[in-house]
Amino acid sequence: MSVLVYVEQAEGKFKKSVFEAVSYAKAIADQQSTNLTAISIGDVADGELKELGKYGAAKVLNVSAEQLKTFVNQAYASVIAAAAEKESADIVVLSNSFSGKGLAPRIAVKLKAGLADGAVELPKTDGGKFEIKKTAFSGKAFAITELTSANKIIALNPNAFGVKENAVEAVIESFSADIKQSDLGTVIKEIVRATDKISLPDAELVVSAGRGLKGPENWGMIEELANLLGAATACSKPVSDADWRPHSEHVGQTGISISPNLYIAIGISGAIQHLAGVSSSKVIVVINKDSEAPFFKVADYGIVGDAFEVVPKLIEALKAHKA
Amino acid sequence: MKILVCISNVPDTTTKITFTNDNTEFNTAGVQYIVNPYDEIALSKAIELTEGGKGTVSVINVGEASNDPTIRKALAIGADDAVRVNAAPRDAYFVAKQIAEYAKDKDFDIILTGRESIDYNGNQVAAMVGEFLDIPSISIIKKLETDGSNYTVEREIEGGKEVVTVTGKFIASCAEGVAEPKIPNMRGIMSARTKPLTVVDAVAIEEVTKVVKYDTPAPRGAVNLIPADQTEELINLLHSEAKVI
Ligand SMILES: Cc1cc2nc3c(=O)[nH]c(=O)nc-3n(C[C@H](O)[C@H](O)[C@H](O)COP(=O)(O)OP(=O)(O)OC[C@H]3O[C@@H](n4cnc5c(N)ncnc54)[C@H](O)[C@@H]3O)c2cc1C
Ligand SMILES: Nc1ncnc2c1ncn2[C@@H]1O[C@H](COP(=O)(O)O)[C@@H](O)[C@H]1O
Repeated sequence: MSVLVYVEQAEGKFKKSVFEAVSYAKAIADQQSTNLTAISIGDVADGELKELGKYGAAKVLNVSAEQLKTFVNQAYASVIAAAAEKESADIVVLSNSFSGKGLAPRIAVKLKAGLADGAVELPKTDGGKFEIKKTAFSGKAFAITELTSANKIIALNPNAFGVKENAVEAVIESFSADIKQSDLGTVIKEIVRATDKISLPDAELVVSAGRGLKGPENWGMIEELANLLGAATACSKPVSDADWRPHSEHVGQTGISISPNLYIAIGISGAIQHLAGVSSSKVIVVINKDSEAPFFKVADYGIVGDAFEVVPKLIEALKAHKA
Repeated sequence: MKILVCISNVPDTTTKITFTNDNTEFNTAGVQYIVNPYDEIALSKAIELTEGGKGTVSVINVGEASNDPTIRKALAIGADDAVRVNAAPRDAYFVAKQIAEYAKDKDFDIILTGRESIDYNGNQVAAMVGEFLDIPSISIIKKLETDGSNYTVEREIEGGKEVVTVTGKFIASCAEGVAEPKIPNMRGIMSARTKPLTVVDAVAIEEVTKVVKYDTPAPRGAVNLIPADQTEELINLLHSEAKVI
């Protein structure tokens, strides 16, 4: 018995969501009175791997093979499953990121394991059961799911647990596993990443705007507000449908589901499909000129007013606050 | 080219989600069911790829007979034939196993799913089918192109995208951008009635998960409305009361 956490790297670095997954996996290992091992795949320097010790990973398996430099979910899943076997890990934890979503189901099949994707809490283990609260119905509800199999996979939602320090000295061990040729069926030709932008799925603060903004030319103030806050930008579906903003910013039932600490919705009516993707945000601020807009019913703070007047004032107030 | 598209039957997106039986069952009273919106995108792409006699599109659903209207809708949109694996869809693991069992000896070139079903699953089925069949799976694609034998897809990643090529059989889960959803026309609706819908039995597989109970998000307190000319007050509250900035 032990816990294995997969630590996803991007260009040799770990993001906050990885430290969060390690913190969460450490808490599960403590709960189960067992050890935590992390597994990293790709080129990551020892110094960066050592960082994982801060959050409780006493042992780090480092896999660096030429064929595994870039992400191939099939091969990565084989390596992680082999590591789970080596460590006798019966619980595997990942981030519910885009890569995690491509990996976790494959590992689950390999290990004949139940998978709780979008986990939002620590498991409850009363009476020998293993129950996890996870999002369902696109964020409109939660399903308390029992993992009844011997092996268990958990994909943690970003911002659900938080980063918790638990410093130990991380021992780094290199690890290699056989890669079948059939595991390398996909080849990455290009990776395009907007490095100057905060990625929406794991952003802590999000500024979002809707059709109330009238046109793409008016997003300057939204970006300025987001920059000042260090927030990611998002939008409603009609906005991305009209190509005012890229589809990757579309949140809601048919877009991405997010759960930041702060969600500021500007000129968005609050249709049920929009709320589905954002209602698990910790704090919601709504700015809308219509006091009857449904979004106000689920908001913590609201301003009834014209976005074209309120947002510039908000930017000024924020600048004053930061000064 | 032979394409299989996996279709799930989900509550309409406007459904207010409630539960019965001490929060252990989803309340289906008055709920309208639709083809999962992402699956419509996958299906529309499959039809595009095979148009003009270039191939056939089959759809598959794991579910009970009550799903047949949704399957007929997929046929009306343009699938050539359909199969329903006759079983209540227990979880993604169960569903993926059924699809893989059906597909394993049918020689499909590609299998498409939606990015996620908007009710229970979380983008699990595609990668699980890929693993059961030992073929590549590509999750959350935004674009799919082919020159006839090689495929190029764009996959979403945090803050950007990855361009991936794949040769040979694969399965991919489709998000917005892959295709414009097609709307059934009158001819499609008429012909859907006579297109083949085969029903097959499910295979047995071990249980790995079980939903014990549902829960709905805690209601928020009443909104704190701040006058439009007091934006600094909002900043103060976010800083000292909500502690988020
Ligand atoms: C199958 C399906 C799936 C869907 N999925 C999604 C989804 O994932 N995400 C999503 O967002 N939507 C989704 N929708 C669409 C959803 O139903 C709404 O139509 C959409 O969310 C509305 O976007 P909006 O609030 O930006 O625009 P509108 O509804 O047009 O609202 C604009 C708001 O701006 C306010 N406003 C106007 N001018 C100003 C101003 N000057 N200052 C301040 N406020 C102003 C108005 O009062 C209004 O409340 C889906 C719909 C369907 C049918
Ligand atoms: N400002 C708004 N507030 C509330 N509902 C709206 C608003 N604008 C549009 N809608 C709704 O969205 C539907 C489609 O609007 P449209 O895309 O402008 O034709 C309308 O029929 C309304 O039900």
